Amino acid sequence: MSNGFTTVSEIGPPQPVRLNPLLSRVLVGVARPVEGFFEWFGSLGIFTWQVLKAAVTPPCEWRELIRQLDEIGSKSLPLVALAGAAIGVVISMEARYSLSRFGAKSMFPATLVYSVIQVMGPIMTGLIVSGRVGAGIGAELASMKVTEQIDAIEASAINPYRLLAATRILACILMLPLLTIAADGCGLLTGWFAQTLVEPLSFHQFIESGFHGATFNAFLPPTFKTAVYGLIIGLIACFQGMRTRGGAEGVGRAATNSVVLASLFVILADVVLVKFILVVFP
Amino acid sequence: MATAYDIPVKQGDVQKESGAPIVAVKELRKAFGSHKVLNAINLSVNRGETLAVLGRSGTGKSVLLRLIIRLETPDSGSVCIHGENIAGLALDRMGDIRKKIGFLFQHAALYDSLTVAENVAFPLEHHRRDMSRRERDDWVKQLLAEVGMEGDLGKMPSDISGGMQKRVGLARALALKPEILLLDEPTAGLDPISSGEIDDLILKLQRERQMASIVVTHDLHSARTIANRLALLDQGDVVIDGNYEDLQNSDIAFVKEFLKQS
Repeated sequence: MSNGFTTVSEIGPPQPVRLNPLLSRVLVGVARPVEGFFEWFGSLGIFTWQVLKAAVTPPCEWRELIRQLDEIGSKSLPLVALAGAAIGVVISMEARYSLSRFGAKSMFPATLVYSVIQVMGPIMTGLIVSGRVGAGIGAELASMKVTEQIDAIEASAINPYRLLAATRILACILMLPLLTIAADGCGLLTGWFAQTLVEPLSFHQFIESGFHGATFNAFLPPTFKTAVYGLIIGLIACFQGMRTRGGAEGVGRAATNSVVLASLFVILADVVLVKFILVVFP
Repeated sequence: MATAYDIPVKQGDVQKESGAPIVAVKELRKAFGSHKVLNAINLSVNRGETLAVLGRSGTGKSVLLRLIIRLETPDSGSVCIHGENIAGLALDRMGDIRKKIGFLFQHAALYDSLTVAENVAFPLEHHRRDMSRRERDDWVKQLLAEVGMEGDLGKMPSDISGGMQKRVGLARALALKPEILLLDEPTAGLDPISSGEIDDLILKLQRERQMASIVVTHDLHSARTIANRLALLDQGDVVIDGNYEDLQNSDIAFVKEFLKQS
């Protein structure tokens, strides 16, 4: 450096920036879950696109669809009906007590009808089905994946997205509103029955009073929003099942993740859908 | 003579009866992460020929079969079926090609919610909608009779032994009258008697149907019985490709070691 300048050869190669080991561990610890989060959503997007493409191209897997309608609909019915009945009794007891305190006992039928049909029936059905069906689909498809049955389907020139995923998702979409109606019906019936045990009220009077002044807008959107829950449950359970790796551990993980994620997304979707319904169907 | 069960050949299907191989694998490479499984391998199989792919566990034998039927995609190189590179094919066209390939999975991969007969009927229900139910049932019975399972039509896969599952898997692989048969460890995990029965069955089917077959195995005895040619894989490379005598006369250390240990 005789002339006061640094030559290129004197600068040397750039040195890597050395982070504090603790800071670097924290950064990696934060980056990995974030990367996993985006990877999961990206994969779900690709999966959804594959299922959508498969669903709109012939042939339709009618037989498998009917089997799934039975599996998801008929076989969930007793559980959903029982839960609906229990919810009806609970709301009946709580509502009677609360309304009596405010001298508004005459509001009981309407309170029960609106509570069951608008709030409790749809979300309870969504959560029950996400538990029963989500775990079932997740475990079934995961088991098929790890035993190469899904590969065997693909090797037989059959699209597994159409045969396995599209049919199950469609069955969930179609069955959720019907199961919700069943749950609502059971809830209203047992709610009325619990009321009549304490204070006789004819069923005709209960229905007339409960639905007095009601419009379709008050009941149809909350019931049919459960089709969205069906989409969420079917999509997440199929996705978790079909992306499984590993053996029995992978199957267990897929079943658990299906239930947890489907339930979580059903609750989150409920928040959005309630607001949407309030805005669109005032 | 054409029967009701003959698979119709669509226009555009390439039926090359000339000397061109039915399956040709060229410079095929596959790695999973940093682990190189196949390293630019070349193999081909002609009509009526059975190629046994041998090698130690984890050398990429099963991956090779999965690449041939495009259950995996290669990193580079090509797999040609009847001269057609399957790499960029649309799903429909790939489906047409897959219908010509029968695949027996290592653990049979039978659908556990379906009976033995339903498993074999499964590809027919999806691809032979022109067949009547009676024709289909007859064909399924015939296939199961060929593999010695005609008495177990209504049983579930969980109710039959591993060897029987392989037989049913083989019947299912043959359901669409494939031109190419891929067998992944057909005798693995079976007792010597069942292994011998499966080998005899494969030989019989080969003689009758003249398919191009690739059998992945590490059972040298089985490979000698059923194959015309043997290819030995080691660390992703084809070490030798020839008949059993070629292997015996080879000076390659790995080949000698493999023969000694087998």
